[in-house]
Amino acid sequence: MKIIVCMKQVPASTKVDIDPETGNLKRAGQSARTNPYDLYALECALRIREQIGGTVTVITMGPAQAEEMIRDAYSMGADEGIILCDRKFAGSDVLATSYTLSQGIKLLGGADLIICGRQTTDGDTAQIGPAVAEHLHLPHCAWVSAIEEVDEKQITLRQDFGSVTQVSRMNYPCLVTVDKDICVPRLPSYRLLCRTKDKKVRFVTFEDLPKKDLSRYGAIGSPTSVERVFAPELAATNVYVEGTPEEKAVKVIQMLQDRKYI
Amino acid sequence: MPFPYKKMTEEDFEQIRQVTAPERVWVGDAIAKEYYHDEMPEYGVYPPELYVEAENKDEICAIMKYAYEQNIPVVVRGAGTGLAGGANCKYGGIMLSVMKMNKLIRLDKANMTITVQPGMLLTDVAAAAAAEGLFYPPDPGERTASIGGNVITNAGGMRAVRYGLTRDFVRCIEAVLPDGSLVQFSSNVVKNTTGYDVKDLVIGSEGTLCILTEVTLKLIPMPKYTRTLVLPFNSLEACIDMVPKLLQMSAVPTAIEFLERELIDIVERNLHKMLPVKEGEAVLIVMYDAGSEQELINACNAAAEGALEAGAIDVCIADTPERIGSVWSVRGAILEGMKAESIAQEECDVVVPRSRIADYVRIAKSIGQKYGIKVEPCGHAGDGNIHTEMLRMEGMSDEEWKKGTQACLTELYGVAKEFGGQLSGEHGIGNGRLEYLKPFVGDRMYKLYQSIKLAFDDKLILNPGKIISFEQ
Repeated sequence: MKIIVCMKQVPASTKVDIDPETGNLKRAGQSARTNPYDLYALECALRIREQIGGTVTVITMGPAQAEEMIRDAYSMGADEGIILCDRKFAGSDVLATSYTLSQGIKLLGGADLIICGRQTTDGDTAQIGPAVAEHLHLPHCAWVSAIEEVDEKQITLRQDFGSVTQVSRMNYPCLVTVDKDICVPRLPSYRLLCRTKDKKVRFVTFEDLPKKDLSRYGAIGSPTSVERVFAPELAATNVYVEGTPEEKAVKVIQMLQDRKYI
Repeated sequence: MPFPYKKMTEEDFEQIRQVTAPERVWVGDAIAKEYYHDEMPEYGVYPPELYVEAENKDEICAIMKYAYEQNIPVVVRGAGTGLAGGANCKYGGIMLSVMKMNKLIRLDKANMTITVQPGMLLTDVAAAAAAEGLFYPPDPGERTASIGGNVITNAGGMRAVRYGLTRDFVRCIEAVLPDGSLVQFSSNVVKNTTGYDVKDLVIGSEGTLCILTEVTLKLIPMPKYTRTLVLPFNSLEACIDMVPKLLQMSAVPTAIEFLERELIDIVERNLHKMLPVKEGEAVLIVMYDAGSEQELINACNAAAEGALEAGAIDVCIADTPERIGSVWSVRGAILEGMKAESIAQEECDVVVPRSRIADYVRIAKSIGQKYGIKVEPCGHAGDGNIHTEMLRMEGMSDEEWKKGTQACLTELYGVAKEFGGQLSGEHGIGNGRLEYLKPFVGDRMYKLYQSIKLAFDDKLILNPGKIISFEQ
């Protein structure tokens, strides 16, 4: 069983969530760290490996400092780490990033199972995972909230879409993106940290990739242009019901009746 | 002795309304039931005759002057988060809330102090300090407690290992005595050998000696970096044996907590909060704070090497807010988990010398077994304050539970004493542990306590029947 986990180093922020009022990330200093969603992906991969055997390889696109993130993944138990690192990849949008990652995965000879976090805390598109799968012509499931069953041939997943829950079964090879809270990621192990401190991290450049069409990579391969970034208007408002308990009960019943809930 | 106290009359109610304001005074059935008890109704539910929310120290002076003249008992209440049955009107009288006195008076950067009114919440005090890059370390877990309550009960918490208790951060206190006079205990100075150190005496006096109206607290620079390690061990003994080794290292841990696997299972099973460490029959959770990243890494590496040498299965590193949160959320959910697991709980809050923690835990469990009570010790391994929770499981009768817990508590206190420990580490005596104090400290010490009480409160009107009793 060959499992590849797509990960990204993002600016360190205090929370996965976005500030609902400003729409901004709460950034804590300039330091970088692993996208929190990707830790759930890595944990899922490590658990599958523990269950049915195989290898877990982490792949990322980013600057050389992403090695720090790969080392963190090693100390959680990842077997190999690859960084797609080249100035030609700079300025990539979703299309170019997902294409570059898919090329990196092809270079590795593909995988039985590719796992991504649902989204990153900096880009927030939640599109990279499915886009990688499309480049590789693989079946995929996004927003996975639980892995129900897994064996050497197939994986059964639960996806929560708000009001609908869907359970799907896919044969390998396939790709899934997992939601946060699908599991609690293990902590880095000091023993593994010591054992892997001299372990190699593989750097892959444009020249190494199977397809060398420059128009598909970096800023040139990115048709997206960001016009404006803004926080959406709040759709929900708070209503304060005042008065004595009896008055408040009457008002609440009236409000529910007005909306035809009762 | 001034028993019985005066039963309050309409004239008394009117007098309190006059010295405060009618809209801040409630009497009889108009008083909300939540003011009948603190967070442990098991330790007493008593209706006050009058409930008043004071807005300033002049009002408190006036109330006390009147209560003193009329021989009316007064109990002060903060946020009501106490765990000893301290803030309840055991003998009726006045329940005086200081929660409207919740202002920040000044943050003095030159002296690194913050002066606040007693009703300010701990979380707000800490936030006010943090806004200036400063740190108020005591954190007893209950962040919505009032700072006045923290001071008057000498609240502890898990950061005591490195930073100490609330007492260690109190510079000076302004308080009202039972007769209504306003006094200052010390001032905003670092050293003081001027007369008896009354400030340290009233800290932890559980509202039996005076009423705080203002407190000045020491602040320190905010540590910039923090990391938590989880050390899993194959046995509780090996886990606890690691504690002195950690304390002997050059970097002092901020907190050292221990959890047994059984307790982790209770939290995971009932609350679905999963500890990110699956190995080990018992784990130590160790927090480090530092001013620089390198200092932090050095401290953690030294602890990790020491732990592996001492037989730890591994050392798991929580180095991001999410990872740290995933560890501490399980530790913080213990009480809730045990509540979900059982139908009632009783707690023993003993503190023993650090060298006896493992012995105490082992004996505590066997005492529980003897009386058919499920006993779960957990908590502050770094300071020896072991919260020994007793759980009432399905099928146990009221009589069995009451008898069993009383017998367990008596034996547990005996063990703590034999080991050179104390009856309560941080929750206090209040009403809940009243009967156990005298046998624990002995007659001479009890008399001394009574003399201290009388020196402050000759009419015994301030929070009567708490900590000590004058009834024969």
